[in-house]
Amino acid sequence: MQQARTQDVAASGRARRRRWLTRDRATALLMITPSVIAIAVFVYGFIGWTGYISLTKWIGIKADYTFVGLQNYGTIFNALRFQTDIRNTIVFTAFFLIGCLGLGLALALMIDSRVRGEAIFRSIYIFPMAISFIVTGVVWAWIFTPGKFPQDPTGLNLLFSKIGLGFLQSAWITDNRVLPGYILSGIKARIGVPMAMIPVIVAAVWQMSGFTMAMYLAGLRGIPEELREAARVDGASEWQVFQRITLPLLQPITLSAVIILGHISLKIFDLVLTMTGGGPGNATDVPGIFVYDITFNANKIAQGAAAAVVMLLLVAVLIVPYLIYNARTEVER
Amino acid sequence: MLYAQRWLRLFAPFAILAMLLAACGSTAPSTSSESSNASSNASSNASSNSSAAQPTAAAAEAPTTAAEPTAATSAEAPTAATSSGSTASGSGKLEIFSWWTNGGEADGLNAMYDVYKQQNPGIEIVNATVAGGAGTNAKAVLQTRLQGNQPPDSWQVHAGRETLSYVDYLQPLTQFFKDEGLDKVMPKLLLDQLNINGEIYTVPVNIHRSNMLWYNPKIFKDNNLTPPKTLDEFFTVAEALKAKGITPLAMGGKDGFEASHLFESVLLATFGPDDYTKLWTGDETAWADERVLTAINTMGKMLTYANSDRSAIGWADAAQMVIDGKAGMTIMGDWAEGYFLSKGAKGHEDYEWAASPGTDGVFLWLSDSFGLAKGAPHPDAATAWLKVCGSKEGQDAFNPKKGSIPARTDADKSKYDEYLQWSIDQFGKDKLAPSAVHGAATTNTYQTAFHNALEVFSANPDATALASALTEAVPDLTR
Repeated sequence: MQQARTQDVAASGRARRRRWLTRDRATALLMITPSVIAIAVFVYGFIGWTGYISLTKWIGIKADYTFVGLQNYGTIFNALRFQTDIRNTIVFTAFFLIGCLGLGLALALMIDSRVRGEAIFRSIYIFPMAISFIVTGVVWAWIFTPGKFPQDPTGLNLLFSKIGLGFLQSAWITDNRVLPGYILSGIKARIGVPMAMIPVIVAAVWQMSGFTMAMYLAGLRGIPEELREAARVDGASEWQVFQRITLPLLQPITLSAVIILGHISLKIFDLVLTMTGGGPGNATDVPGIFVYDITFNANKIAQGAAAAVVMLLLVAVLIVPYLIYNARTEVER
Repeated sequence: MLYAQRWLRLFAPFAILAMLLAACGSTAPSTSSESSNASSNASSNASSNSSAAQPTAAAAEAPTTAAEPTAATSAEAPTAATSSGSTASGSGKLEIFSWWTNGGEADGLNAMYDVYKQQNPGIEIVNATVAGGAGTNAKAVLQTRLQGNQPPDSWQVHAGRETLSYVDYLQPLTQFFKDEGLDKVMPKLLLDQLNINGEIYTVPVNIHRSNMLWYNPKIFKDNNLTPPKTLDEFFTVAEALKAKGITPLAMGGKDGFEASHLFESVLLATFGPDDYTKLWTGDETAWADERVLTAINTMGKMLTYANSDRSAIGWADAAQMVIDGKAGMTIMGDWAEGYFLSKGAKGHEDYEWAASPGTDGVFLWLSDSFGLAKGAPHPDAATAWLKVCGSKEGQDAFNPKKGSIPARTDADKSKYDEYLQWSIDQFGKDKLAPSAVHGAATTNTYQTAFHNALEVFSANPDATALASALTEAVPDLTR
């Protein structure tokens, strides 16, 4: 008995030692250390540095680390342009998410219904994602450049006039209206949907809905047919099967898609820059372009850093709850 | 499995070593390898609907009607030999930093390098160019290098007020101007306007003109119109063209500076050269002048005669509308001529020029220049480079290719095309005023605010909003 206990203790001691510093573990630690250091310095270090810069009054080439507190944040939030950017990014994100999720789910359901030539359709729909946003922006800018309509239209307007749908012609990316354009006291930017943003959203949805479809398709294929079969046996209609079985089981996919698409849309830069350049006026300007312009054209380094931190916080608002949710479900498992 | 682990263990130290090496590797100066981007950039500029092109970085193909610069430089060889006496000799390096990567700009730069190599044999020129963003990318790289105390020997910057951002990193060249006699061959007013806090910091290699009206001579002839000399005449002409269903004024907006470019010409016409120049000194009372509102309203009225899709097209597309006969006029700097020539258009047939309405007799200039870095790694070679930049043979090699005129008034006019010869004459006799939009009168910080305010106005003409935005931007004039 006594002997057995000592053996136990010895064994557990050895086990503990083994748990902390086996050769495997040492190797693993050695392997991850460089990337941990690299990420600590080049990601979190620089985030911290950006945050620090945003509290200084650095304007110009020469660094000026005079501490000014949150003054730069006040400046940018008071500026008409940044307020417009925040409005635009909210509008863009909302419509982009709705468009991608709706279209992606519809496409996935269509392909999941075992159509002939499924692989071909799948490839066709996913293909736009392989194109860079720059290319998408240039091409869709051509499509949505209105020309001098109705007399001398270009792009989509030309197509409309050729097929007798001339009444559908619109100013597209040059439309300067903000609808409904409410004015709130204290906010300089008008509240509403900038019309010029809609073509940009169309281009972005065109590019990313195939990717959403692929995610949903994977989700759909992961739902056991028996579940749906069982529901049908119980007398559920196809709509009820979709509503009560399929959709709830796709929820994790939706969440992942929202995170991935959401952070793309909050950081969008290249698509807007090539498609509209932020115009007309600031109607399609986004925080990404603001940061670039203010930092590298205007040399207002501190204000650019402040705007970058605001962008980071916006993305964090989206991602942190997801990480927490993930951690919880991980524990549950 | 076991094999894989052993292999990994062997590999790990190498991986770490590689990472360390990568981390400690010096920030190698961006050298000519990056100019490989040039060709792709050139093509994207040529398609003109894409990248944000600013005049200096634009696809201004050089007017090459003038003599071949290589022939020119060899003809000047004797003068070159005399001036090379004091320049650096032997072997060494010289790093020149610019964003001239395509078209006539790159050709012009190379022509200047040829002159330099002839005068300073044995010195290797490191052509550090950074393409893209109309110089924005280059400026970002330059900023990093200056902060890291690794300046190139000499870099490109708009002459005049824009240099203010760099004065901490540049050596004053006022004495150099005297030694080289540049103060005698460049217009006094130009030298005054180059002066920053009592010193001149950069050597201008060229002059572009901002206040230019380009019009389609066929349209004007068919409608019995003459180019407008005043703003009032502009509106008469515009009304006549509009009645015929022709867009009177072609205008861009996608490159970000088109609206402010037009506005600077309107300001010049409204204020006259002296008061116009005072606007950019950072004095807030200058902007309280009621003529500011007059200029804004004139601008707003001009916009009603411009194409409505302006925010979707660039300045080059607007220029194209003029030679295509779709629009009567456009107001753009004289890099537009380089664009016309690159499209095979002919002067007097497809396009014709005049000073922008109300600004005849005033030359609204902008200029590219090179300075000498404080703590330049190769100061002698860099000084020799600046001598080439300021010299007649250097400027006459560069400018015919770039499509601009020399900053010196003693240029060999036979090397230039007809428009540039006209421009050289005007430069010699006109009153000079510095361009605000293109860096001669303002800093980058101010320009960004100015561009944005005018783009907003172009989309949504609200006079009071623009006036207050311009007043808000005044502090940016001095930083």
